Amino acid sequence: MPRSELLPENWLYVTDQGLYCAPGDFHVDPHRAVPRALVTHGHADHARPGHDKVLATAETLAIMRSRYKDKAGREWQVLAYGEVIQIGEVRVRLVPAGHVLGSAQAVLEHRGQRIVVSGDYKRREDPTCAPFEPVPCDVFITEATFGLPVFRHPDPDREVAKLLNSLRLFPERTHVVGVYALGKAQRMIALLRRAGYDAPIYIHGALQQLCELYRAHGVELGELRPATASQKEEMTGALVLAPPSAIADRWARRLSEPVIAMASGWMQVRQRARQRGVEMPLVISDHADWDELTRSFADVGAPEIWVTHGNEEALIHYAQQQGLRARALSLIGRGDEEQEAV
Amino acid sequence: MERFAFLLDRLSLTPGRNDKLRLMADYFAHAPDPDRGWALGALTGTLDFRSAKPAQVRTLAEERHDPVLFRWSHDYVGDLAETVSLIWQARAGANRPPELNEIVERLQDAPRAQVPGLLEGWLDALDTTGRWALLKFITGGLRVGVSERLAKTALAEFGNCAVGEIEEVWHGLAPPYETLFAWLEGQGARPEPDRSAAFRPLMLAHPLEEREVESLQLESFAVEWKWDGIRVQLVAYDGKARLFSRTGEEISHSFPDVLEGVNFEGVLDGELLVVRDGEVAPFNDLQQRLNRKSVTAAGLRKHPAHIRLYDLLFEGDEDLRDLSFTERRRRLEDWYAHHRPPRMDLSPLVVADGMDSLARLRAEARQQSLEGLMLKRRDSSYVAGRPRGLWYKWKRDPLSLDAVLMYAQRGHGKRSSFYSDYTFGAWTEAGELVPVGKAYSGYTDEELKKLDKWVRDNTVERFGPVRAVAPGLVFEVVFDAVQPSTRHKSGLAMRFPRISRIRWDKPAEEADRLETLQKLVEG
Ligand SMILES: [Zn+2]
Ligand SMILES: [Zn+2]
Repeated sequence: MPRSELLPENWLYVTDQGLYCAPGDFHVDPHRAVPRALVTHGHADHARPGHDKVLATAETLAIMRSRYKDKAGREWQVLAYGEVIQIGEVRVRLVPAGHVLGSAQAVLEHRGQRIVVSGDYKRREDPTCAPFEPVPCDVFITEATFGLPVFRHPDPDREVAKLLNSLRLFPERTHVVGVYALGKAQRMIALLRRAGYDAPIYIHGALQQLCELYRAHGVELGELRPATASQKEEMTGALVLAPPSAIADRWARRLSEPVIAMASGWMQVRQRARQRGVEMPLVISDHADWDELTRSFADVGAPEIWVTHGNEEALIHYAQQQGLRARALSLIGRGDEEQEAV
Repeated sequence: MERFAFLLDRLSLTPGRNDKLRLMADYFAHAPDPDRGWALGALTGTLDFRSAKPAQVRTLAEERHDPVLFRWSHDYVGDLAETVSLIWQARAGANRPPELNEIVERLQDAPRAQVPGLLEGWLDALDTTGRWALLKFITGGLRVGVSERLAKTALAEFGNCAVGEIEEVWHGLAPPYETLFAWLEGQGARPEPDRSAAFRPLMLAHPLEEREVESLQLESFAVEWKWDGIRVQLVAYDGKARLFSRTGEEISHSFPDVLEGVNFEGVLDGELLVVRDGEVAPFNDLQQRLNRKSVTAAGLRKHPAHIRLYDLLFEGDEDLRDLSFTERRRRLEDWYAHHRPPRMDLSPLVVADGMDSLARLRAEARQQSLEGLMLKRRDSSYVAGRPRGLWYKWKRDPLSLDAVLMYAQRGHGKRSSFYSDYTFGAWTEAGELVPVGKAYSGYTDEELKKLDKWVRDNTVERFGPVRAVAPGLVFEVVFDAVQPSTRHKSGLAMRFPRISRIRWDKPAEEADRLETLQKLVEG
């Protein structure tokens, strides 16, 4: 078949199960169980249980195993960053996405065309995972979680400083920070340690396992203690990390006069913070903000952009203004980590 | 500006009232004049920059940014000031950030056409929070959860005085309030209140407890009806008449009809009501006139306002507040006989020959327009606040209903982890539950914990912060009155419902029917 007749959407397209790569006969981050899945990272909206064969980085597979136990897939295949394998008529390579531990972009090559499925990504420095690597390609598939120009995340170290400052000002109050269990929790801890905070950090039970897993992969987290109800006294003036669903709920009653903080890119919008009863919004995100998204388009130099979950239309509008071909790729069940069960 | 931005930012995110007070008092103590006075003006809504309008801000943002992306962003964020502050791409080489006073002065002097240029320069010089605060400041409507009253309370805290003292001088003053701050800091004289604009704090009553009824010396008290409207103060001087609510907020603009007929100078205390052909209309009718942005001819015709007078505080320049109630009442009656202003009448005194007959009168006061009785010591002077032992309100017994819990919502602040706001219903003929009211009070902390657990254990559906529960818990609800309402599915609305007892024992099927409630509608 002459090259001009092969369109990218002819070999990578959406089926009922999710994004499907026909010449390799596998899905990327399918939301339903499939015979063969390539999984970009461990968040529950990308890594689902029950697949037959799973291909991912060693870290992502470890995360899936810790979450889904025996439902994490029947057969696992590790693919390290940079390693190349051939699946059917497709060459597959994983490249760091800078999102969470083990997160990868899937670089797919077929008949001289290269498509990059970036999964979720960010461009900010993160002490807990390998940095995003831009790969030149023909089609770049991007998320759009923060795909509006109102999302411009500040320097995370400055946000951490804000938290530490409040801890000094209100030593009688327990500071509780809402964090997603996978990625944000460990990054938050690592940022705090880097800023010189060396006291024990108390964590909600739902964060325990993943913190252990990060440690096992060489991420330094310092001393962590379980935030149990019996430690109300001890936790006064301390830092407590818990999943967002717990911070404004019954669980938080064990804390004394808590300052409710939340670390998320959504915290940029005041109304969001107020709705959730957050007193101290910390704008720290594991997703790319507007500038990171648009900069990535330039860095990968793709003439065509496919946009998945989030504010697709604004990003498509922007890409078209830049003279790129752009369209929405609607994937079911994809969303913010916020929705994921902890 | 940085300080003001910090204040607004914290206020908008701090739910607790006391924390808000502390933040404001702290700001007043540390910010310089005249900036803090401009900030106070913004917090109390007394600032008005005619030259800066939201439409200009929008145009400016659309000129500097992709208008399509701006519009989508605005749709997403909701608030204009916040959208602009977030999306704004500052140009390099901007000036230093402006101070509040500089903003005020330059906006006052600038011709309209120069305003966008000024704004642009400031937006470039400020950071995100600063831009947000600037736009809130100049376009008004801060929406940071601070009422005029709360700001004045903070000011009182800062000045270590009663909020009543602030209110008394407040209406003669204007931003940047330098004389006010000087006085509060002990650096200057008390500002002379402008007599035509000054609100005098009201004298309020204590509820009469059942155990006090026996020992009350009725002959020492004058008795009046307690009318079910809103308590107001009317201030008329120099050809201007103003109406203030109980908390000192001016509501003149909503009631031109009562103020039209003012033919005197002085200060009066009374109850604002809607009166048609001499009959007091239900509170609901008055509600139609309150909180309306504009006064319409139809509104004035359908819900004519009226003041039933209780007291005379000033006659002309003469301050009567130190006189006894008996003396003031005599002066009020003479004054009324002389002026007879339209849309005003005297609240009549009630005569009873003993507590028993008074109790009977109170029990029979089932008319909608009455809330009960007022007992005022005949020798009491007019004392601001709620002094002990002088005035009593003796409300009629509340009505009650056994209702079934239907929905529970999370509370705010300290209660945010509890389902503490309850919607309850009554049974229809067809055996359906329809909501009849909502209550947030009347239970102890211990009971709240049990209620919260019950709600969680019996949830059938969730909608955001609200949970629908299976019908299984009965509240004995008490309320002051029930009125027809088109806003509720049941067609009824309760006044001041609160939970008097939780009937853990009572099966939901045995709760009251809607009919029972309908029969309690009066008038
Ligand atoms: Zn993710
Ligand atoms: Zn995702």
